[in-house]
Amino acid sequence: MLTGQFLLLGAILFCIGVYGVIARKNAVLVLMSIELILNSVNINLLAFALRNGSADGHTFALYVIAVAAAEVGVGLAMVLLIYRNRRNIGLDELSEMHG
Amino acid sequence: MMLAVSEVLSPLKGGWFLDNAWLVPVVPTIGFALIVLFGKRLPKKGSELGVLSIFVSLVLASGAAWQWIQRVGAAGEEQFISPVVRTWTWWQAGGVEFTIGQHVDGLTVVVLFVVALISTLIQIYSLEYLRGDRRFTHFFAALTLFSAGMLAMVVAEDMILFLLGWEIMGLCSFMLIGHWWEDGANSRAALKAFFTVRTGDVGLLVGIAMLFFAANEWTTTNLGLSGFSIRGISAWALSGEPNSTVILVAAVALFIAAIGKSGQFPLHTWLPDAMAGPTPVSSLLHSSTMVVAGVFLVARLYPVFFTGLDILGPSSNVIMVIAAITIVVAAALAFVQTDIKRVLAYSTVSQLGYMMLGLGAGAWLPAVFHIFTHAFFKACLFLCAGSISHSASHHSFDMKKDMGGLRKHMPITFAAWTVSTLALCGVFPFSGFFSKDEIIDNVGGNGYTLFMAVGLGGAFLTAAYMTRATYLTFFGQARGASAGEHDSHDAHDSHDVHDSHDSPHESGILITGPIAVLAVLAIFAGLFNATPFGESWEYMKKWVEPRAVVVAQPSAGGPGESFAISVPSSEAGGVESPCGSETPTAGICYAPELNHAKFKWSKALLSLMIVFTGIAVSWLLSAALYGRRDPRLVGLTERNGLARAGYRLLANKYYLDDVYERGVVGTIAGPIARSAYWFNQNILDGILHGIARSARAVAMVVYRDIDQRVVDGAVNASADLTKTTGLAVQPLQSGRVGHYGALLFATAAVVALVFVILNT
Repeated sequence: MLTGQFLLLGAILFCIGVYGVIARKNAVLVLMSIELILNSVNINLLAFALRNGSADGHTFALYVIAVAAAEVGVGLAMVLLIYRNRRNIGLDELSEMHG
Repeated sequence: MMLAVSEVLSPLKGGWFLDNAWLVPVVPTIGFALIVLFGKRLPKKGSELGVLSIFVSLVLASGAAWQWIQRVGAAGEEQFISPVVRTWTWWQAGGVEFTIGQHVDGLTVVVLFVVALISTLIQIYSLEYLRGDRRFTHFFAALTLFSAGMLAMVVAEDMILFLLGWEIMGLCSFMLIGHWWEDGANSRAALKAFFTVRTGDVGLLVGIAMLFFAANEWTTTNLGLSGFSIRGISAWALSGEPNSTVILVAAVALFIAAIGKSGQFPLHTWLPDAMAGPTPVSSLLHSSTMVVAGVFLVARLYPVFFTGLDILGPSSNVIMVIAAITIVVAAALAFVQTDIKRVLAYSTVSQLGYMMLGLGAGAWLPAVFHIFTHAFFKACLFLCAGSISHSASHHSFDMKKDMGGLRKHMPITFAAWTVSTLALCGVFPFSGFFSKDEIIDNVGGNGYTLFMAVGLGGAFLTAAYMTRATYLTFFGQARGASAGEHDSHDAHDSHDVHDSHDSPHESGILITGPIAVLAVLAIFAGLFNATPFGESWEYMKKWVEPRAVVVAQPSAGGPGESFAISVPSSEAGGVESPCGSETPTAGICYAPELNHAKFKWSKALLSLMIVFTGIAVSWLLSAALYGRRDPRLVGLTERNGLARAGYRLLANKYYLDDVYERGVVGTIAGPIARSAYWFNQNILDGILHGIARSARAVAMVVYRDIDQRVVDGAVNASADLTKTTGLAVQPLQSGRVGHYGALLFATAAVVALVFVILNT
């Protein structure tokens, strides 16, 4: 099988996602990057599930998709609220959490 | 997902309605969904869907009841009539199958029928009562779901579906009690009902979990059922297998849930407040759904309570004690209410106490029969109260201010009210007599004389407060709104549209129709188990009571497989079945053996006399108190001595008022409160102070030597450490999400690198 290629694809997607999370200023783009990371994990899960011939990985991937949907829902709601309060969704200006 | 369908293969008669009894709750659930989706666009605003769906489930429930009767009739005299069970597995995890399904036996059938019938009548009544309400569609949706929840709970095969139905009802009661939530009091009442019941619900969760973990192994090996299955739990509880402490705690936990739901003392306070909802809701809530759920829980899992609480044992158990307190406390409270619905609410609490008393004392059948009869007459009484407020008193429920003398204006309502009141009081040919008297009789017959006396005292109180309410509402002179005054209706204004506020009149056919049907049932429902007329009239006993016979142990099939019950022929010489008190030696039991008291007219006459005394005493007091405006009496006092004495009695009305209202409360509540206060101050506080003093002495030693030196030293040191590190890492807390993300991924990368190095 093409496990190696699948894992490589997953790793590339993961790196793109991490880059997006760290470097992007726009909250929506950060959320999209998180989706990329989650989906790279899904690809890994499926790849290993195929190699081991067990259904566990598929189940987990479905589960991750469901959780990701919920996560995006919450995340977009937060972004909306932030936008409503500040008219801006640049993350670099959000530093209320500083210690 | 439908993985496996299993059916009980039994030689007993079945039938389409019995096999498909699960449709009874499903139809109104679909009705609910349709009302929510399309209700507002329909010509009747969705009410037709509600009435139709609940009527279909009434037809299905009646069919199931009929076929159950056929099944019982075709079975042998001593044969165990196995319930009609169908299950679908919807989830499988860790070797445990979670199923959803139906469990239809006599108890299921009778409660299904009652709930569906009363829900149908109440929905028809609501068409008129809530006409023009601002949330008409919403009301019918919630009412339909409410019935569906109760029906689902009744038909449930396992405790998970039971819990689901139970919680649906809790939610719908919240929505319905707070239907007119614009008024703060209503929404507070809804919250109170919800939270009080939730308090008890914790007990249900704990009880179900305990039963599952205790019973699952036994039921899986012996019956091939999971530990959630009601059959499995019942058989397990009677098998002699369970640890007595475990089953005791489980039974108490489940009973706490029943206390919350069925308004038993001390969680009864939400029930009278639940009157804030529209009257049809009160009627449904108080007669057949919601409050009966707690009683149903105890009746359904009766073997657990039977074994756990040692019912029929020599000492009294927690169910009986709570029930007896409830009967007296609630009945006493009913005397001081001016709101007609609150009188009925306390009456319901008290009657639920009777049901619980019966269950606690081993009188299972009379208690279930009381559910049956009580549903009819209590629903009828509430609908009568609604009819009065709708057509006579301008939406007021105040008996003293806005009612009186209504019997001439509302003949149908008055007749129905009288019949139901007589049934509630337990007067002979009416339905309440047969059920309530049977409970009292059986409690005494099982050797609990004290509790029988409480039951008889409760009967006296019931008769007295209902007479008072009847007098205030229908007799005497018209007062307030029912006399045509229009001053007070603003305070009670909850409806959107007012029909013309003319003088009191009889309500329309949509209101009187359901009332009349219920009144007829209130008269005749008692004949379903008329013990006084002999064995042949005990239909309820024949059809509903599970037979306590040992059933041959089925071969342990795998979960999901059907299992056939082979029924042994009756033992030679009529040997008593060992179900209940002893461990069944061969086979399993699904129901404990219970006694039935022999009916004697002498005992019945005693309770009838008590009831009539209650009615007479209360009538005289009420007439003296509330009939004081009668001009003939006022005029007579000047003319003769006898009348002057009578006048003095009447003139003392405020004194009597005090006796009747504050006096009753004062004599009951005052000394109890004082003695409780004394007990609290002198004994409890003494004990507490003693404990506190010794604790303080010990504490001083601990404080000086251990706390100050060792513990504080350690705490201070760790706090200092934390502070230092905190200050050190503070710059990391930049507040920038990007920085956090970078740190997170950097850490993950380092950890991953470590793993890679370690594994190579």
